[in-house]
Amino acid sequence: MDTQQFHEMEAKCTRENLPRCAAACPIHVDARGIMAAVRKGDFSKGYALFARTAPFPGIISRVCDHPCQEACKRVEAGGGLAINALERACRDFNAKPLIKNNLIPNKDKKVAVVGAGISGLTVALNLSYKGYKLTVFDASREFGGRLLKIPEATLPRQIIADDFEILTKLGVQAKFGVTVGNTDGADVLFNDLLAEFDAVYLGLGQIKAADFALGLELDSDGCIRIDPVTLGTSNPKVFAGGSYRQDSSELSLINAVSDGKSAAVSIDRVLQGAGATLHTNRTNEGPQPTRLFTSMEGIEPLPVVSMVDPGEGYTREEATEEAERCLDCQCAECMKLCEYMQHYKAPPRTLAMWIFKNMSGVGGHKFNQLMNSCSMCRLCESVCQDDFSMADISREARETLVSIGKMPPSAFDFALQDLKYSNSDAFAMAKHEPGFSKSEIMFYPGCQLSGSAPGQVISVYSFLRKKIKDGVGLMLGCCGAQADWAGEKETFAETIQSIKAEWERMGKPKVILGCPTCVMIFKNNMPDISAEFLCSFIDRIGLPEIPPAESYTLALHDSCTTRYEREIQDSVRNILRQLGHNIEEFKTSRELTECCGFGGLMQISNKDLAHRVVDRRINESDKDYVTYCAMCRDNFTNRGKKTYHLLDLIFTDETGKIAARPPVGYSQRHENRARLKTTLLREIWGEAVQDRQAPVKLVISDKLSSLMEDSLIMVSDLQQVVDYAERTGNKLQNTVNGHFLASYKPAFVTYWVEYSAGEDGFVVHDAYSHRIVINATDHGITPEQPGQCPVFSSLT
Amino acid sequence: MPRVDQEEMLGNGKDIICAKCDIPLKVGHVTLGYVGTTFPVDLFKCLECGLVYIPSGLARGSMVEVERALEDK
Ligand code: SF4
Ligand code: SF4
Ligand code: SF4
Ligand SMILES: [Zn+2]
Repeated sequence: MDTQQFHEMEAKCTRENLPRCAAACPIHVDARGIMAAVRKGDFSKGYALFARTAPFPGIISRVCDHPCQEACKRVEAGGGLAINALERACRDFNAKPLIKNNLIPNKDKKVAVVGAGISGLTVALNLSYKGYKLTVFDASREFGGRLLKIPEATLPRQIIADDFEILTKLGVQAKFGVTVGNTDGADVLFNDLLAEFDAVYLGLGQIKAADFALGLELDSDGCIRIDPVTLGTSNPKVFAGGSYRQDSSELSLINAVSDGKSAAVSIDRVLQGAGATLHTNRTNEGPQPTRLFTSMEGIEPLPVVSMVDPGEGYTREEATEEAERCLDCQCAECMKLCEYMQHYKAPPRTLAMWIFKNMSGVGGHKFNQLMNSCSMCRLCESVCQDDFSMADISREARETLVSIGKMPPSAFDFALQDLKYSNSDAFAMAKHEPGFSKSEIMFYPGCQLSGSAPGQVISVYSFLRKKIKDGVGLMLGCCGAQADWAGEKETFAETIQSIKAEWERMGKPKVILGCPTCVMIFKNNMPDISAEFLCSFIDRIGLPEIPPAESYTLALHDSCTTRYEREIQDSVRNILRQLGHNIEEFKTSRELTECCGFGGLMQISNKDLAHRVVDRRINESDKDYVTYCAMCRDNFTNRGKKTYHLLDLIFTDETGKIAARPPVGYSQRHENRARLKTTLLREIWGEAVQDRQAPVKLVISDKLSSLMEDSLIMVSDLQQVVDYAERTGNKLQNTVNGHFLASYKPAFVTYWVEYSAGEDGFVVHDAYSHRIVINATDHGITPEQPGQCPVFSSLT
Repeated sequence: MPRVDQEEMLGNGKDIICAKCDIPLKVGHVTLGYVGTTFPVDLFKCLECGLVYIPSGLARGSMVEVERALEDK
């Protein structure tokens, strides 16, 4: 993933787009922020926020043509916010002097402004703040232009005077009663201005410019040609804007102010010698579109709050009530649903940025765990209007880190070992039905269903053989999802390759998949294989004869890997109805379903977060749950929620009795897979399978078992340790309690067991592991940086 | 970043003997290593056969942090 790709992915989040009010406001007054302040009754804060953007806040608060109100999202529920009236209330009830702008030291450049209307005065104000020497020319006798025609009741003269006082303070020179032009009657020759000043702004108002003979390029209507972005004219020193470039039928004070601001930016750039960059970075000026999404869910329509005395404006109470109507527009749709985002307390683009930084290694890899914790469940993508996908970003980043050898070994090693195991001889196989040399269909239960419910795999296989007459093949193995999630592109590709090869060897039968994750993997990576989800297939060919003895109301959890598979979701519901159960739907079901913590290998890389994810889900309903993914079933059951796999409901015992299976841990899953293969080979294919050499017998308490589960230590790991210690005598002994202590490192992890000999085998008292290697130099670790360990170095 | 104290490094090592050589463990130099970094430390070990003792507290405590710190460098 390069910067460009990353940017395209993260920019799909429009959360940082402006709310509609601020986007429609040409100068982007933070109306949302002002509303928030007013809601709290803090008018002074509201006024400060307003004045931060509005150059003449008194005037604008009275006579802005407020395009924001029409644009406001509230229009959809009662009417746009009376934002301008609330700005006035802020000024009326403001109790604090405004913070003064920092003055920038005087510059020796001089700027002339022709026309003392609001756009010209905005130019004058903003440029004198920057230290330029300003002179304003106007034919009249005072500042204000068109403002002076507004009735006193609407815009008191005192407010105008208060707002313009600053101009005099900043040393803006006024040349009143003078006309500017290149004609005979003009008091000041425009050409003289050009000679005397470094830049000129023309805020000419609603007049025709041709009469002035300014020597600027005109358009077909005889108006000065003005660049809409920079407000530049054909003379690089001259800029123009304000109501001059507005239609007389749609005069807009706030657009004139916006012109003044833009012209000031342009003039400043020209005078700083940056005239060549006049067009860069200007997209945020003036009214603009926004894609910010705001949920209207549960919003009741409310009309605009009216004023007791419109002439006086809002009272404090009225103002606060009106501000209460503001929806405080912001998009947090994904954050509302995603536990991962909530855990890391950051919006999606910030998280994406951290992931990207971690990938690039700028400042180290301190966001490794964050990068490896997204469950890639695609809930964010599903809920986001523009399909922002943290899953894609996470995968790209993980793949990159793997490819440069910087993926932390501890992150996904356990899952990769699991994959390796499932595709080894211990479990993997592909066979035609006994008595057939080809298969019409082939059942692929997947590693997790086989690990969790080997009995159901056998039931399903028998059922399929009864229903399908032309041969039902069976293939055991793992689809490679774990490698895909871990960013192990190569391992994943190899896995897909070997599945394809086996499928071809089996004569390319249609594949019936027992696991929704396999469905996702097959669909996305092996499109040439015709495949169908087991439950959908059963729904089509009909359920087994035995009707269930009981009927339940069950909360149905959809699996995240098939969130977009409407047909699968429908067939599952159909089966449940046929079985006579009532379905309770979650608010987040189908395409909005939540992950069980297995996705993206979250439960391997961030166990605590995965537990939180599960705990949240299992507390969403007090009904028993039903799901059609073995991992979801196991994760919910393991955290104490009674959860059925759909197959548990379909394949009951002969009396139709339904049994909820107990929790299944990692060790058990391995054991189950191996035993499933042996059982099938013996009972269905009648092969004489040799029992594996009986492993060392260990006695492990439940408490220690669950600790081992949390630490990703399997019983077979401990068996290897004890076997090794007893075989070689390489063990230590605690002289206080007589326990033996031994360690063994089968691959990357060193496992330790504290044990003693008991009647039924070795009693395990403790088990722990570490990845740090003992006697490292003997183990081929080449010290890149000897002695650099930040923690242990203190002891050396 | 926490510093590993002597107690955590050595644990109950003074109670431990090497069952093979039948002698008490003694504190000695050991080189630990992970992801391209090695670091010498002092741990209880059998001076005869070299068997090293990693106490459970060390494995569950600082070792995890050190692994994380080295991985995230
Ligand atoms: S749903 Fe999430 S990712 Fe999409 S725009 Fe909103 S905050 Fe951004
Ligand atoms: S509801 Fe509030 S934040 Fe949203 S557009 Fe209207 S004023 Fe702005
Ligand atoms: S993919 Fe799932 S876990 Fe990851 S950020 Fe999106 S919603 Fe959250
Ligand atoms: Zn020894």
